[in-house]
Amino acid sequence: MSTTALQVDTAFADEFRSLIELEPDPEIKVARERGYKAFAELGLPTPRLEDWKYTDVRTVGGRQWAVGSSSSDLVDAHLLNQFSAERNGFTALNQAFGAYRVVRIDADESLPKPIELHFEAVDGEAIFPHVIVLAGAGCKATIVETYSARAAAFTNSAVQVFVAENANITHYRVQRDSADAVNYGVTEVLLGRGSRYDSTNINLGAALSRHDIDLKFTAEGGEALVDGLYMLGGTQHHDTHSIIDHMVPNCTSHQSYKGVLNDKSRGVFNGKVFVRENASGTDAQQSNKNLLLSNDARVDTKPQLEIFNDDVKCAHGATVGQLEEEELFYLLTRGLPENLARNLLTYGFAEEIVNKIGIESIKAELDATVLNRLNAKI
Amino acid sequence: MLLEVKDLHAGIEDKEILKGLNLVVNAGEVHAIMGPNGSGKSTLSKVLAGHPSYQVISGSVTFDGKDLLGLEPDERAREGVFMAFQYPVEVPGVSNSQFLRLAYNEKMKHTGGEELDPLEFNDYLKEKAKIVEMDPSFFKRSVNEGFSGGEKKRNEILQMAVLAPKLAILDETDSGLDIDALRIVAEGVNKLRSADNAIILVTHYQRLLNYIQPDFVHVLAGGKIVKEGGKELALELEEKGYDWVKGASNAS
Repeated sequence: MSTTALQVDTAFADEFRSLIELEPDPEIKVARERGYKAFAELGLPTPRLEDWKYTDVRTVGGRQWAVGSSSSDLVDAHLLNQFSAERNGFTALNQAFGAYRVVRIDADESLPKPIELHFEAVDGEAIFPHVIVLAGAGCKATIVETYSARAAAFTNSAVQVFVAENANITHYRVQRDSADAVNYGVTEVLLGRGSRYDSTNINLGAALSRHDIDLKFTAEGGEALVDGLYMLGGTQHHDTHSIIDHMVPNCTSHQSYKGVLNDKSRGVFNGKVFVRENASGTDAQQSNKNLLLSNDARVDTKPQLEIFNDDVKCAHGATVGQLEEEELFYLLTRGLPENLARNLLTYGFAEEIVNKIGIESIKAELDATVLNRLNAKI
Repeated sequence: MLLEVKDLHAGIEDKEILKGLNLVVNAGEVHAIMGPNGSGKSTLSKVLAGHPSYQVISGSVTFDGKDLLGLEPDERAREGVFMAFQYPVEVPGVSNSQFLRLAYNEKMKHTGGEELDPLEFNDYLKEKAKIVEMDPSFFKRSVNEGFSGGEKKRNEILQMAVLAPKLAILDETDSGLDIDALRIVAEGVNKLRSADNAIILVTHYQRLLNYIQPDFVHVLAGGKIVKEGGKELALELEEKGYDWVKGASNAS
C-alpha cells in the first residue's frame, strides 16, 4: 500500500469511527463496515493499476476532507449487497460513507416530471451520495443527475439503476463541478427483459474526474444507449471507463462518446463491451471521437470488444484528430471567418451529444456552457 | 467587367491542370463551362473559391476590381463569390438556420447591411426557401446531414439565395439529380438570375442548359478553353461529343 493510501486511510478513520457508532440501521451498518474494510485493503487507486494508468488521484489523498452527511433511507440488505464496493478504493469508500437514498418508480407508472438528483458539495467537503433507483416493470421515467460542487470539494457518488422488465429509463448525468473539485462517480445498471435505458453523460467540470459505468443485460430484448461528452480545458483531467456486458442473447447497445480537449487537458476513454458465449443476436456499436484543439492536449482512448459468439453485429472505433479540412473549407466559402468557422465546427461536434438531451432548460444551459468554453457567440 | 481570368496556370500536388485559361464574365451574364472529365472544370471552380489544396502557378484573376487570388476563401465569399459544391459537406450538430444566419450576418457586417436576429432571420429564410421549394423543417436539421442528393443541391441554391452573391459558380450542380430535382434547382437559379449578378455553370452535360439558358458556352479541354460560342454550341457538343473539341484542341 502506498504512503498516500495510508495517509487517506488515517484521514478517514476518525470520521468513520464516529459515523459507525451512531449508525441506527443494522443492515447499513454491516454494509458500511464491509466497505470500510475493503477501503482499508484497497486504498485509493494508484497509476500502477492498469485501470488507473492515466488517472492519478493523489490530490484526493493529499488533504483532509470534512465528510458530509451520511444519513440514509432504509435500504434492503440485498440491494446493498448488489453494489460492487470492491471495484476500487472509491467505491469502497462510498459504501462506507454512503448517504443512501432509494427512489422507487411503481410498475407501469409514467412519471410526468424528471427525478432530480442534485449534488453540490461545498469547499473542503467530501460527499458520498448513493442512490438506488428501482424502476418497476413497464414504467417510464427520466432521471436527471447533476453535480455542481462550488469549490475544492470531493464528490464520490454511486448510482444503481435497476430497470425491470419493459421499463424505459432516460438518464441524464451532468457533471459541472468547479474547476478545483474532484469528482468520482460510478453508475451501475441492470437491465431486465425488453427494457430500455438511454443515457447521456456530460462531463464539463472538476480538476479531476472519473466516471465508471457498468451496465449488464440480464434478460433478452434489452436496449441501451450510453452516450457521453467530455469537454475539457486548462489542466482538467477526465476519465470514463465503461463496461457493457451482453450476458444474454438479443440485446442492443450503442455507445457514442466524444471528447473536446483544449489547452493542457487530458482525457481518457476506456470502453469494454463483452459479448458472452450464449449472447447470440447481439448488436453492439461503440465509438469514441476526440477533437484536440491544442498541441498540448492529450487523449488516451481504448475501445475494446470482446466477443465470444459468432452470431452478432458489432463494430467499434476511435478517432483522435483536428477538425475536418473539407468541413472548414465549406464554412469559409460561405464567408465565415476562420476562427468562427472552427468554433462552429467544434460546437457542432459537441452538440451532437448535447442535442440528445430532451429537457430544454438543461440543453440551453449546456449550449451556453459549450459556447462559453469556445469563447464564441453563435 | 466582374471577373477576368488571365492566362491562369494552376494545379494540385505539383500537377499542372489549368494551362493558360482565359475568361471574362460581366454582370448579368450566364456562362457555361463544359468539358470532358479531367479537362480542369472542377479545378477552375476550386481555384476561384480558394481551396487550400490547389496552387496557382501563374496568371491573374481580377474580381470586381480586386486581386481575387490575394484573398482568403472567406474574404472572397464576403466580397460576393459563391461556389455551390459538387459534393456539399455535412456539418453535424450545426443547424441549417444557425449556419446560414451566421454567414448572412458576416456578409452584412462586411457590406454595411443590417444584421438579423434569429426571429427576423427565420422570416427571411422562409421567403428564400420558397425559391427552391424547401420545407422549413430543413432549417432545424444539421447542415446537409442525412439529406438526399437532391436536397443537398437545393440547400446549396438556398445558400446562394440567402447570400446573394455577385458571382455564383455552380460546380456540377446537375450531377446526381433526378429530373424533378434538376427542374427545381434550375428554376431556383433562374429566379436568382439578375442584371447585377453573374453565374458560371460548370457541367459535363448539356441537360442542365435546357433549363438554364446560358449566354455563353466555353469548352474546356486539356486545361484551356478550346471553343467558345453561344448556347447553340452546347447542342452541337451534345450531338458530336467531346472528341470533336479534343480534335480541335489538337489541331490548334
